[in-house]
Amino acid sequence: MSYPANYRYTKEHEWISVDGTTGSVGITDYAQDSLGDIVFVDLPKVGDAVEAGKTFGSVESVKAVSDLYSPVSGTVAAVNDSLKEKPETINTDANTTWLLKVELSDAKQVDGLLAAAEYEKFISEETGH
Amino acid sequence: MSESTLSPALRKTALNAVHRAAKSKMVDFGGWDMPVDCCGLIAEHMAVRTGVGVFDVSHMGDIQLRGPGSLAAIQKLCMNDASKLAEGQAQYSAMLYPNGTFVDDVVVHKLSENDYLIVINAGTREKDVQWIRKVIGSMPSVHMNDFSDYYTQVAIQGPRAAETLQKLTAVDLSGIKNYWFTWGRLDLKDGGALHNVMIARTGYTGEDGFEIYVPSDEATSARVWGEVLEAGSEFGILACGLGARNTLRLEAGMALYGHEISDTINVFEAGLGRYAKLDKGDFVGRDALLEVQAAGGPKRKLVGLEMVERGIGRDGYPVFSLDGKRLGEITSGSPSPFLKKNIAMAIVPVEFTALDTEVAVEIRGQMVKAKVVALPFYKRPRKST
Repeated sequence: MSYPANYRYTKEHEWISVDGTTGSVGITDYAQDSLGDIVFVDLPKVGDAVEAGKTFGSVESVKAVSDLYSPVSGTVAAVNDSLKEKPETINTDANTTWLLKVELSDAKQVDGLLAAAEYEKFISEETGH
Repeated sequence: MSESTLSPALRKTALNAVHRAAKSKMVDFGGWDMPVDCCGLIAEHMAVRTGVGVFDVSHMGDIQLRGPGSLAAIQKLCMNDASKLAEGQAQYSAMLYPNGTFVDDVVVHKLSENDYLIVINAGTREKDVQWIRKVIGSMPSVHMNDFSDYYTQVAIQGPRAAETLQKLTAVDLSGIKNYWFTWGRLDLKDGGALHNVMIARTGYTGEDGFEIYVPSDEATSARVWGEVLEAGSEFGILACGLGARNTLRLEAGMALYGHEISDTINVFEAGLGRYAKLDKGDFVGRDALLEVQAAGGPKRKLVGLEMVERGIGRDGYPVFSLDGKRLGEITSGSPSPFLKKNIAMAIVPVEFTALDTEVAVEIRGQMVKAKVVALPFYKRPRKST
């Protein structure tokens, strides 16, 4: 499993990749592996507000539902509509499959998130290996 | 999610080390450490529908009733008519409480005139054993033995299951009809042989398939498991976990204890009346079922649902009429990997059971439309043999 070094991570297994004032948000390789085959994604609409730490949607595998938590606060600038037809893309490549893009209200929030090494350490502690 | 440390209370089948070595995702199922996902749920499910899959179902229980009084005991205990069984034949049945609800669903096998095997669910093993003891306790000439830990039970399921298993035995599998069984020799590599193995044409997937009962020592179990995987490799065999087991039986409209059948659901509500032979003589629960019939039938029934709007109705989600009246709950619901729809079963008032009736499923606060469809959702294509 891989965790790109230039991303930031949350303990709820989301990643964010920032470009200027826009952040692309996805779920980590660990999350897609735990979920199994993803069959359904429920995302907000462009223009909706998201708040750091609050749920903004859900992702479902055959056997489970998992809430998605926003890493940052801001406004939804874009939603990955291709995931309606092909949600399994997340399983194939979690690191490059963005779910939504957020116009950040406070770019400094990203600094408070986990770096790749910290996230990897967090996972190994959580799972014991 | 895999756990590297087990609670000491979790039980393991003889194949536990094999599953863990294969990096299967493990889960606690009714107190058993079982694989839920071995190679990916959808891949496993499709392997069973199009080729062959193999399941470790050793956690299920095997209760033997023996003696001249064993048929009478089975007839009292279980609702189907075991007197119709020939030697080597099995039937789906159930043990009921006096009020007509379910202790468990079972498969009754007639081994010989005074010898029956009842295969019971893993999650209800202890309850079932106590129940059987209670019901037959005062009956003459019948003895109960719990052989659950003696067998590793392996299910080989799919259109290529027969070809797969045939490589491992000289027993002519084409001679075993659906829900019949026999005893035969499994021929393992290097001249090894397992004698007197029970081979049953039974299963829980809606496909053709077999369940074999082999000795439960770890070495033998691992060897058989490995040779089945090798025999099936040309057909794309996959080791399957409980996740696929659930989606397969759901598509086939088969009941799961605690969901479609339970101690609060009666036989007619569950749609299983055809397995309750009320004319065969008395059995535990019969009077209650006769009362339901006399009252004009059950007031609520199990139906199949297909989601019409976008969303997945899952176990426990409430079901409403379109004008907001609460009808019941989904008993089992999931995406259907083969049918590529979102399907569910639910128990609703009989007024809402007509095909194409539209209902609403509450999914995380949103009402999402579904419609009543026929059960089973999936029926395997019949080959002419």
